[in-house]
Amino acid sequence: MAIRNTEELSGRSAAAVASGAIADLGDHHDPTTDFQLPPGSEPEARSQWQLFWRRFFRHKVAVAAGLVLIALYLAVIFAPQIAPYELNPRLDAATLLQARHGPSGKHWMGTDELGRDQMTRILFAGRISLMIGLIVALVSTALGTAVGALAGFYGKWVDQMLMRVTDLFLVVPGLAVLMMAQKGLAGKQILGHRFSSQGLIILILSFLYWQYIARVVRGVFLSLKEREFVEAARASGASSFRIITRHMLPNTIGPIAVNTTLVVGLAILTESTLSFLGFGVQPPTVSWGNMLAQSEGAVGTPQAYLVYFPGLAILLTVLAVNFLGDGMRDAFDPQSHH
Amino acid sequence: MLTFIVRRLAYSIPVIIIASALVFGFTRATTDPLARLAQSRDAAELLPRERHRLGLDKPLVTQYTRWAKDFVRGDWGQSFISRRDVKSEIRDKLGNTVQLIFWGILFSASIAIAVGVYSAARQYSALDYTFTGLSFLGLSMPVFWFALMAIQFLIYEPTVLFHLKQPIFLSVGLHSANDHSLVDYLRHLTLPVLTLSVQLVAGWSRYQRSSMLDVMSSDYIRTAKAKGVTRRKVLLKHGLRNALIPLTTVMAIDIGALFGGLIITEHIFAWPGMGRLFFDALLSGDTNMVLPWLMVTAVFIIGFNLLADVLYGVLDPRIRLS
Repeated sequence: MAIRNTEELSGRSAAAVASGAIADLGDHHDPTTDFQLPPGSEPEARSQWQLFWRRFFRHKVAVAAGLVLIALYLAVIFAPQIAPYELNPRLDAATLLQARHGPSGKHWMGTDELGRDQMTRILFAGRISLMIGLIVALVSTALGTAVGALAGFYGKWVDQMLMRVTDLFLVVPGLAVLMMAQKGLAGKQILGHRFSSQGLIILILSFLYWQYIARVVRGVFLSLKEREFVEAARASGASSFRIITRHMLPNTIGPIAVNTTLVVGLAILTESTLSFLGFGVQPPTVSWGNMLAQSEGAVGTPQAYLVYFPGLAILLTVLAVNFLGDGMRDAFDPQSHH
Repeated sequence: MLTFIVRRLAYSIPVIIIASALVFGFTRATTDPLARLAQSRDAAELLPRERHRLGLDKPLVTQYTRWAKDFVRGDWGQSFISRRDVKSEIRDKLGNTVQLIFWGILFSASIAIAVGVYSAARQYSALDYTFTGLSFLGLSMPVFWFALMAIQFLIYEPTVLFHLKQPIFLSVGLHSANDHSLVDYLRHLTLPVLTLSVQLVAGWSRYQRSSMLDVMSSDYIRTAKAKGVTRRKVLLKHGLRNALIPLTTVMAIDIGALFGGLIITEHIFAWPGMGRLFFDALLSGDTNMVLPWLMVTAVFIIGFNLLADVLYGVLDPRIRLS
């Protein structure tokens, strides 16, 4: 339910973006008039990007969320350097004596039943979870933008195909199908390549989320197609390829960027859910989801801290992603703001 | 109106047929009904015989039509594991899930509507910002983690803190073994309902807020205000009644999704419903259970999407014309 629901919610907001007044963005033809102003009194010309950044930086929460995300990504990229302990220490007496120690100055997030430092594990697990989020978002954006642009531009059967196929995905229970795909494909060869559990989840989640981007891009393209500047480009003899890549795609940057950001959050949530249920990233690879699966039994015991921190890590990341996406939406499209 | 409903109904029939074919193919591709036998001692002799008996040696299209005929006729086969009739098993579990969905919707909708109306009426007030923040929190919350935290902080911590003999709420199943009272039922129900409501409340309250803001800026509201109708009456009678229309359709769609979407909640709280049935069936490779399960949930999703469309047409006459 989690997934289906968030998906739908952000889907709605995505549609709002798509139908909004985003279209002017990146349209570089500035209709400034020719008459001369006295020197020193010219209004300072601002590009659309400058306007975007100005509006974005006014959104304090979004800026903070962006900084948090950057910090999180830096922390996990440099996990081997900043982690206080080893990920998989030798299980000798000294390590085992540290087992089940609550959060302290020595182990900020405590240790697990094998004496492994929890903070170290969260940093390394974050590498997997954050990487999956980013790659899924990039792959589904690339694929979704291509299909959505073609469907929106050419219409007819390409469009019909896209809409009917994505309609079908809306009528099946999402999480159940993901679990089946994950279980059925685990350890199998796909296109002559054997995927690791995290590779497989990237593949499957990208396969789910490209449609969502495609529908957004299609919507924007449908409305852009009727605009004068596209007509003008066509009248002046521009090829379809040129119209799509040079005139229409730059005007779609806003919705695409917003939804790519939101997909990062969705993918991290879905991955952690699947891993928690045992259908995602498999040990010994650590992800936040499978850390929680392993420590589920600690609920109601003095070791409950083992359940707090991985969950807080997911919550913090997804919250930051969602605030960032929201801020970007407002900055790209100030009129959508309520 | 009737033609509108009939047209929508007619459209969902091919959707169901195509969805069933895809669900069938997908299930065949990802699960192997004979996986349990592959490890047995006389697998070499057993496998071909079973494959023939189940018709798995026939082409996929033949298999599908055969299965579809049986399915429509009501012959859904038996569970590989429990040997129980799949249809009656699903019917039982559906009843338990419907209880969760019913209370969950009641709870979520009342809170979401109240929050949405308040936030729209007092836009940009401190409480509006608080609700916005909370809804972001709800939408970013991993549901399974929320459930674990609910168990920790609503069951264990209060028990320790107040030296209770037994916890206030219970986290396993539908009933206690020897207690079928209403109080016992409610103690079991609270946490699962809370868990499934997190995202619903967060999403619906945002939706209600924006649809309320839309309505409140329309002309007939201004007319009502100009006539001197009281603020309260404008808000609740003219505003809320119209702002509920979009929410109703969103709710219908989300409810459909709940039929297949309570896997996490039911897994954590050992609630004997559809989600748990699927989880167990998938883990034990019970293909006979998985396939009808997918079909039933898909039909619910399609049905509630249909309901959403029809409701929209009934509640908002402007839709029917187009």
